[in-house]
Amino acid sequence: MATTDAATGERVQYQRFDRYHRLLHGVLMFSFLGLAFTGMPLLFNDAPWAVRLAALFGGGHGAGILHRIFASLLITCFVLHVWRLMHRLFVKKDLEVLWGPASMTPQPRDVAELVAHLRWFLRTGPQPRFDHFTYWEKFDYWAVFWGMGIIGGSGLVLWFPVFFSHILPGSWFNIALLVHGEEGLLAVGFIFTIHFFNSHLRPDKFPMDPVIFTGRVSEHEFKEERAAEYERLAATRELEEAEIGPAPDWVGGLAKVVATIAVTLGLVMVGLILYAVLFARI
Amino acid sequence: MRLRSAFALLLAACLLATTVLAQKPAAPAVPKPPTSDDCLACHGDPSATGANGRSIAVSADKFGDSIHGQSGLACVGCHADLAKTTDFPHAEKLAPVSCATCHDGPAAKYDTSVHAQARRASPTSVAAACKDCHGTHDIRPASDPDSPTHHLNLPATCGRCHGNADIIRRGRIAIGDVVTEFQDSIHGQALSKSGLMVAPDCKDCHHAHDIRRKSDPASPVFRTTVPATCGKCHEGVERRYLTGVHGEALGKGRPDAPVCVTCHTAHRIQRTEGATWKAQVLAECGSCHPESIRTYRDTFHGQETQLGFLRVAACADCHGAHDIFAKSDVRSTVSPARLVSTCRKCHAGANDSFVKYDPHADRRNYARDPWLFYASKFMEALLIGVFAFFGIHTTLWASRAVKPGETRSSRPDDGPRSEE
Repeated sequence: MATTDAATGERVQYQRFDRYHRLLHGVLMFSFLGLAFTGMPLLFNDAPWAVRLAALFGGGHGAGILHRIFASLLITCFVLHVWRLMHRLFVKKDLEVLWGPASMTPQPRDVAELVAHLRWFLRTGPQPRFDHFTYWEKFDYWAVFWGMGIIGGSGLVLWFPVFFSHILPGSWFNIALLVHGEEGLLAVGFIFTIHFFNSHLRPDKFPMDPVIFTGRVSEHEFKEERAAEYERLAATRELEEAEIGPAPDWVGGLAKVVATIAVTLGLVMVGLILYAVLFARI
Repeated sequence: MRLRSAFALLLAACLLATTVLAQKPAAPAVPKPPTSDDCLACHGDPSATGANGRSIAVSADKFGDSIHGQSGLACVGCHADLAKTTDFPHAEKLAPVSCATCHDGPAAKYDTSVHAQARRASPTSVAAACKDCHGTHDIRPASDPDSPTHHLNLPATCGRCHGNADIIRRGRIAIGDVVTEFQDSIHGQALSKSGLMVAPDCKDCHHAHDIRRKSDPASPVFRTTVPATCGKCHEGVERRYLTGVHGEALGKGRPDAPVCVTCHTAHRIQRTEGATWKAQVLAECGSCHPESIRTYRDTFHGQETQLGFLRVAACADCHGAHDIFAKSDVRSTVSPARLVSTCRKCHAGANDSFVKYDPHADRRNYARDPWLFYASKFMEALLIGVFAFFGIHTTLWASRAVKPGETRSSRPDDGPRSEE
């Protein structure tokens, strides 16, 4: 295995996310931050920061309009993602979407890896060797998927109540409102703490892992973090196929700026929520 | 009416006085009272001062323009003790002028007032006497736009004391600076800005002379009398109020029944079309209906109004304002029969299914909506579960994770790699 490219002398990198993935994650990030900042003032309306934060978006009315715009963007993102999955499954007949190491479907090995990882945390076992998607990445993915269904669905009910009143009794709007807020809180809390830590802020990644922006991992990282996948691909020609030159400089630079802004905004929101929960609501 | 009768009385008094004087022109024992001109011989000098240095000047012009000057009243008409004085210059200290000599009607009313009570209780009281509102030598009728008691000028006149921090403190006036509040109110603005003679000034609610405490049952601002007082102008509103639950409760003598001022305040009354009022009335309704405001705040309308977006429904938009009825009453805007049309005011196309939405849903109340209760419990469990699991997971990971600059394989305690 060559660690440097023979022609250029640069370190070899492997493609983890293609442009489509990166673009969708970018839109997801942008719309999710927008939804969080325009939605949380309403959920924590009695917190001292709520009115001032909403005022940045033109008050309750303006924040409501922007919330719907961000929601439309996120729903578009979701539809594009599902459409691509369907394309892979039904047009390309790519069954790896459904099962196997490249699939997001939870599988027995995820349970085994979770247990092994916990044992490693407790220094009672070796570090598990992960493949293409780890169990916490799958959790992130399905959390968003579930969130899209629950938050997106309840959001649409609240957006078009008269239309939905022909399908659902009005008492369900109360449940939609409750679930929309609580799921939103769960999503925001999860992404801005657990996802940020697991993907960016944990010590061996700190301050950020640019993979979702550049799409590339170094050979060293690949071997360290996804040993099972590395060895699986190395056994075939697939590893060479995944080789890719370094990302253009501007991508790396932009990634740093965008990720820094996103993480900062996220942590600010976590701070605001904690303030509201700990001080204002008691 | 009061003024006219006072004027008539005054004229009669003057007539009587002149008749009496005319009939006994040359009674040798009785000295001739000084005429106004006699008085002005000294007091007409603008620089005239008493022994204590205070000005004792009286402007002949001002007196001449006053209602008393116009009606030909002489100085001794009020300063009665000088009528029999022969020794001039007269004593420094004169007897207090008694307006009641002529104006016995208003004076009798004044005697029942909080001002008179305060003056009787303490000789050093700062409470208003006749001259504090009407002036002295320059008294003009209330119909005169230059009079301090003219309709448009009265708030400022009352404000000389009720807007004066020092007098409010010394007079222990519990309500404080009401005049400033009143000036900003819809009534104050209607007077000062729009110049509306139909807008109320102080006396329209409190009376002019027999001003009583609001705790005095004879006061027009006594709690149970307030609707009738406001109803003098807002008759239609009073009628609607009396038919509604609040008016009904007042009629039954319930001590907590709200009257006009409970919701609208007494002196800070605002336009009800504005966002400010809408935001404020939520707190007013909530002060008696805390459960309703709590559940309202938990649902969409209440969340939005809390953020200051007041185009969404607040209390009165659904329940009405003055003729509020119980939900079980068919006249109620939130009665099952009328709910659809009430929701349709904002939600065009609302139907029977739509109105099953509960704008006062309570996630903690099982009986009110079991499904919402269970949904809430599920969400709580989900939130706690996810954050507990990943909280522990993340904490453990953080304690185990590789420090910057250190690779995993270089860590001595990593142990053997698992073989898949």
